[in-house]
Amino acid sequence: MKTRISLALAAALLAGSAAAQTSEQFIPMLSYRVGPYAAGGTGFFGGYIDYLDMLNRRDGGIGGVKMTWEECETEYKNDRGVECYERLKKQGPTGATVVAPLSTGITYSLIERATADKIPVISMGYGRADASDGRVFPYVFPLVTNYWSQNTAKIKFIGMKEGGMDKLQGKKIVNLYHGSAYGKETIPILDAQSKKYGFSVTHIEVPHPGNEQQSQWLQIRSIKPDWVILRGWGVMNPTALKAAQKVGYKTDRIVGVWWSGAEEDVLPAGDAAKGYIAASFHPSGTEFPVVQEILKHVYAGGKRGNMEDKGRIGQQYFNRGVIQGILTAEAIRTAQSKYGKRPLSGEEMRWGIENLKIDEKRLKELGALNLMQPMKVSCFDHEGGGAVKFQQWDGKQWKVISDWIASDQSLVRPQIEKSAAQYAAEKKLAPRDCPKG
Amino acid sequence: MFYRLAGQFKSSYAADQQIFPIRQDRTFIAGVLIVAFGVIPLVANDYWLGAILIPFLILALAALGLNILTGYTGQLSLGTAGFMAVGAFAAFNFMLRVPGMPFLVAIALAGVTAALIGVVFGLPSVRIKGFYLAVATLAAQFFIEWVLTKFGWFSNYNPSGVISAQAIEIAGYRFDTAVSKYLLTLGIVAAMALAAKNLARTQTGRYWMAVRDMDLAAEVTGIDIVRTKLVAFAVSSFYCGVAGALWAYAYLGAVEPQAFTLDRSFQVLFMIIIGGVGTVLGAFLGAAFIVLLPIALNVGAHAFFPGVSTDLMSNLELVIFGGLIIFFLAVEPHGLARLWQIGKEKLRLWPFPH
Repeated sequence: MKTRISLALAAALLAGSAAAQTSEQFIPMLSYRVGPYAAGGTGFFGGYIDYLDMLNRRDGGIGGVKMTWEECETEYKNDRGVECYERLKKQGPTGATVVAPLSTGITYSLIERATADKIPVISMGYGRADASDGRVFPYVFPLVTNYWSQNTAKIKFIGMKEGGMDKLQGKKIVNLYHGSAYGKETIPILDAQSKKYGFSVTHIEVPHPGNEQQSQWLQIRSIKPDWVILRGWGVMNPTALKAAQKVGYKTDRIVGVWWSGAEEDVLPAGDAAKGYIAASFHPSGTEFPVVQEILKHVYAGGKRGNMEDKGRIGQQYFNRGVIQGILTAEAIRTAQSKYGKRPLSGEEMRWGIENLKIDEKRLKELGALNLMQPMKVSCFDHEGGGAVKFQQWDGKQWKVISDWIASDQSLVRPQIEKSAAQYAAEKKLAPRDCPKG
Repeated sequence: MFYRLAGQFKSSYAADQQIFPIRQDRTFIAGVLIVAFGVIPLVANDYWLGAILIPFLILALAALGLNILTGYTGQLSLGTAGFMAVGAFAAFNFMLRVPGMPFLVAIALAGVTAALIGVVFGLPSVRIKGFYLAVATLAAQFFIEWVLTKFGWFSNYNPSGVISAQAIEIAGYRFDTAVSKYLLTLGIVAAMALAAKNLARTQTGRYWMAVRDMDLAAEVTGIDIVRTKLVAFAVSSFYCGVAGALWAYAYLGAVEPQAFTLDRSFQVLFMIIIGGVGTVLGAFLGAAFIVLLPIALNVGAHAFFPGVSTDLMSNLELVIFGGLIIFFLAVEPHGLARLWQIGKEKLRLWPFPH
């Protein structure tokens, strides 16, 4: 892959100066391509970079401003992520525009730094759920859906399968979660839902990394739950599916989070994964015009894009990266409409994200209809979407089996505001005023 | 000729027993401190201070702590990151729950808390040795991480178990810039490194080394082995606890228990093995090697090979890093500190070696 970084730019980095051409918009890429989560990092950043690359080649950038970027290897470690952020934040004519680290841990470490540096952070489907409250977190955007929203949609989906939310009364659900900050995050919201709908929930922890789940699944077998929610990560996912097969638990009764729903999560489990259901905020597939455009402009004619393995184009992580690219590019467009067609600062970019609006019509123009949901971000709501689709693994590929299922904001929003208010109090921050809605 | 000792006469016991008996060493150390305190804050930018030097200093402090236990006392430990986690979470809770808690006191209390936990997990060292003790300390690592994840109280019931460090304020001054945080970290690390250097020359330090070299002989000469080992665990954990608290407050700003996994313990252990077991200098050299080299490789790779696939590059960095570790250990199994010492001895004779 070509990062298109000239030696001069690298030298500028070493000198710590920000001298570069002026009609360029710099985006730091805090990617990870080694270590246990490399599958996610290579796919996501492959899609993200290929989309921006496609815009450069097809349209000459956005509004005449060329996109530039540089990758920095974080190894999915918080300290390396902070180092990469600090290394890249001053690059380009206007500094780093927007950061998307694809790691909950790194997102947490960057919240304060980025807010102080006035660089927006997009944590699409990960990171701090309560950052959806834009009054307390002006520079953090957990766009599309956060963990809590997604979880309410999951219970709605289970309710639909059972034939109505009232049928959830008395049902038994097991929450099998990864023993980490990420895994624990949905426990309070599940408890709140179990009170509201009258089902019982048992939380069972799988210690990191999760390649040993015999006892947990024996426990599940004795509970005989109606549904199992799989909140896994990495190697924990195929292991869970295989263990479920061993104890004879039906895979079409297991509902995974989107970090459990990529091709890499089910392929190693082989037959045991057939019928398994996972949440997603986008489908797999190369049939979307935007993916075709990438293939045409970036890869056609033997040219090299960011993906080493072209077979992974159109898979979950790649398409997620493309969506990240679309959100970034659309936010730049939005900000350009206010500030003019020139490289933007992080502060201007923040305005662009906060006023981002992507409707069905725009999605069609982008060639991303059905790939992502319409979005509307506001000062009050930094999430902007909130709906989830469910997909089922048929042994070969993911099949979408539901329409967009909206989250239950009446349940999520108060929790978010409460948690954000606690953060503000701990940090002695004064929340901004936002017009409601 | 640079290290010629001719003309340096010691005319008092104090002069004979000072930490750096050679004048050239004293000048060198003074020079390093002047550069670190006076010059670097003026010339270095935020990236160097905030993203490279601060983590380097903090991990050097943790390595120093482990070196006290493993290098000086000979007790192999894999619980370093666990004790760092105790320090970080203790500092957070002291700051959170005690109104008006001064930052430095909270840091010290975090160290004391880690020391107490360290003594508890050091108890098995009374009966077991060597690799078996390493396994026992491994239990500390996993147990601490589990407790901090499992019980919400430690993270003030944050739903994802992450603690956000409060602002650092000492005597009304707010440490919120990279320079101020660097100076604070440097001050604490320099003071504690000096203390460690001194500690090794006291009775306690000599007891530690006696136990390390042969515990049976030490016992026969009347050294209380249980006490000596537990003191080593306490002091070592104190250093690690302070390092952990600084990691949360001066560097990352927000940490979860998973920031202190077994990987971190190994990282610190490798630092002292590569830097030099049983030396203060080794902790710093090892930390420099382990922290700075991967970053240098990453920057260098991007600067010199801009067109190469980043997938390949990221993997190559790890290969080169691993290769260099093997190279240095093959060249000098006693670590970089030993290389430094050999260099000094050679310089003493240069340019007329025997």
